[in-house]
Amino acid sequence: MIAGFTLSAFPDAAPMDGLFGGILIGLAAALMLLGAGRIAGVSGIAARATGISDSGMSTSSAWMFLIGLPVGAAIVAIASGGMEPSFASPVFLIVAGLLVGVGTRLGSGCTSGHGVCGVSRLSQRSIVATLTFMAAGIATVAIMNAAGLEVLP
Amino acid sequence: MMRRLLPPLVSGSLFGAGLALGGMTDPARVRGFLDIFGDWDPTLAFVMGGAVIVMAIAWRFREHMAHPLFAEKFSLPDRSDLTGRLIGGSALFGVGWGIAGLCPGPGIAALVIEPASAAIFVVSMLAGMFLVRLVEGNA
Repeated sequence: MIAGFTLSAFPDAAPMDGLFGGILIGLAAALMLLGAGRIAGVSGIAARATGISDSGMSTSSAWMFLIGLPVGAAIVAIASGGMEPSFASPVFLIVAGLLVGVGTRLGSGCTSGHGVCGVSRLSQRSIVATLTFMAAGIATVAIMNAAGLEVLP
Repeated sequence: MMRRLLPPLVSGSLFGAGLALGGMTDPARVRGFLDIFGDWDPTLAFVMGGAVIVMAIAWRFREHMAHPLFAEKFSLPDRSDLTGRLIGGSALFGVGWGIAGLCPGPGIAALVIEPASAAIFVVSMLAGMFLVRLVEGNA
């Protein structure tokens, strides 16, 4: 979407989009930290909004943040002329969703809370959590590929 | 009211825009990043790098602030203990992330990109979260 440098070794990568997308995510998390004094951790905020968790920001603030996610994504999708990524089939989505839900509650966070907010704060727990879920994700994709399991059409 | 609700809405919107622009709402992009033994796609390293650099600066600002701009006090995690629960939970999360190429933020943001698929993922995720609460009592 954004022009700029590309990586000759990885012609399919979109480093500029990635970098600017990352900066937007960082600004969003910075606003949550410096504005509201809280961590922009999506799994925790989702649990808070739905009443699964009793701690954290107000329920109304949690809903505002969650509603913003698709709003922001829609703006980018429209600006880029539409996005049509492939998604996994329902069985894979259900299994993955359950694992993500259970795992983020037990692990107290996900890619945003641990991976962005915690790692940038050099939190020991977040660094360990991030290394763990990255390693698990890498192993999962490697094993599924080795087994010939095609997830995305 | 607006002073309290506008910041999380703006934060969520910026966050969602960043996820979509960075490719996190595209499961092929995410799985490509995790596929380091195959056809690796480094895009997400730029997403994480950009986000972490901005937030590292924000943490520096925080040190010089007595209270947040729109709230009375900072409410931040202060634990540093490494537990089996943290590591086991993160491992389960990573397996789920690898299977479908979706984590919580992009799953919710993708509700406007591929509503049916994203909804199946988000509802399953909430069910998983609820399951933990059910088994453990309160969290």
